[in-house]
Amino acid sequence: MDLAFLSSTMLTLIAAIPMTLALFALSVSLGGMLALVVVWMRVGGNPVLAAIAKGYIFVFRGSPLLIQMFLIFYGLAQFSVIRYGPLWPLLREPFVCAVLSLALCTAGYSAEIFRGGIRAVSAKDIEAARSIGMSGPLLVRRILAPIAFRHALPAYSTEIVLMMKSTALASLVTVWEVTGVAQRLIHQTYRTMEVFLCAALIYLALNFIVLQALGLLEHRLSRHLRPVPGGR
Amino acid sequence: MTAQPRLSIRDIRKSFGTLEVLKGISLDARDGDVISLLGASGSGKSTFLRCINLLETPTSGRVFVDGEEIRMLQKNGKTVPASQKQVDHIRSELGMVFQSFNLWSHMTVLENVIEGPVHVLKRPKAECIAEAEALLEKVGIADKRHVYPAHMSGGQQQRAAIARALAMKPKVMLFDEPTSALDPELVGEVLRVMRALAEEGMTMLVVTHEMGFARNVSNRVVFMREGLIESSGSPEEMFGSVASPAFRQFIGHYGN
Repeated sequence: MDLAFLSSTMLTLIAAIPMTLALFALSVSLGGMLALVVVWMRVGGNPVLAAIAKGYIFVFRGSPLLIQMFLIFYGLAQFSVIRYGPLWPLLREPFVCAVLSLALCTAGYSAEIFRGGIRAVSAKDIEAARSIGMSGPLLVRRILAPIAFRHALPAYSTEIVLMMKSTALASLVTVWEVTGVAQRLIHQTYRTMEVFLCAALIYLALNFIVLQALGLLEHRLSRHLRPVPGGR
Repeated sequence: MTAQPRLSIRDIRKSFGTLEVLKGISLDARDGDVISLLGASGSGKSTFLRCINLLETPTSGRVFVDGEEIRMLQKNGKTVPASQKQVDHIRSELGMVFQSFNLWSHMTVLENVIEGPVHVLKRPKAECIAEAEALLEKVGIADKRHVYPAHMSGGQQQRAAIARALAMKPKVMLFDEPTSALDPELVGEVLRVMRALAEEGMTMLVVTHEMGFARNVSNRVVFMREGLIESSGSPEEMFGSVASPAFRQFIGHYGN
């Protein structure tokens, strides 16, 4: 085992972690916000908006993320509206394209996860809220969303972990995150096994931290489901 | 006949599809009235109660709370409330206690009780907490204020739910079979709280199967049958010799 090579590889890959984390954090937060809009359209009661939301979810869940990313990265430039539009300086950046496609895709999945959470909210909880005079945004903010989020969290945690791994696809549109840098090292050294092993370890470590954080959040939000500690 | 009724309901009708559940019900509740609504299951008593605070939208009819009418309008052939804001306001004045408690399970008892005053009435939190603690004391579960509903007995949960409704300082309390989901040994503790409320002069409408409560606590008994008020009167009248044959037959089932 070539420890010197492994450690230098590790150091090179670690230097790319900020890029992976940036892709991850931006796409999860933007995707999460978009998912809220989509799920609101989906369950809000307006049939036109619901149909649009269904179509959106179908397209982004039903087609490969890699192809979505290629379409955005290579495809957008074909439209002169975009090419000569005000957003072009942004949209020609590989990083922006990667974040955009990751966010659009996770929004489709997350919207369905959130919808599942909303459906699991008991009508009794809603009626109790109505009976004290809550409605509209107040009811959503105080009762519906907190309960729905608790129901959705286990499935949403999985989606978040998947997103960490999906950032690897950004390497294929020339974003130098961990996998991209690993590929470059392999081209330089032809030592596939060691480099990818190091990369895999990095993703495992990142996801370990993410899962710990999500587990902690879930633990905090499920106090009401645990047996009474010491019969308080 | 001086003061206007706390609650006045005029000719409420409610249909689900072609099934007419309520066929024209009128009822007045004056300040301090405790009205027991009795009737076999399917007689429409719960639906009637839920029509009062619009958890069910009546097909037709009028509801007045302290003289204020809930404005309704026709939209695409359906009756809908004219103003959600008014409905919210009216609901905040009508306390509702449900058969299965409907406490928010992710909140502690205290959080359940202050939720309405803090977020609907927008009152200062410290003040609401102090009042909530007094209410929990009153219903006998002050020691449970930081406990989650799942860790309490049904009777304790229902008392917490009563405290939650009272925290809104309602003008009228609506009880929808408040003891029907309870184990027999827990019924008494809830009835005691309701009795204490009645003695304080709270205006109450109670859908119940507890004949003892109807007879001893309420000042009016309303017997519903097939979507109509079949008979009503004071407990003395209703449980005495002048009761209608249908009501006698009904209470016969309860062994009274």
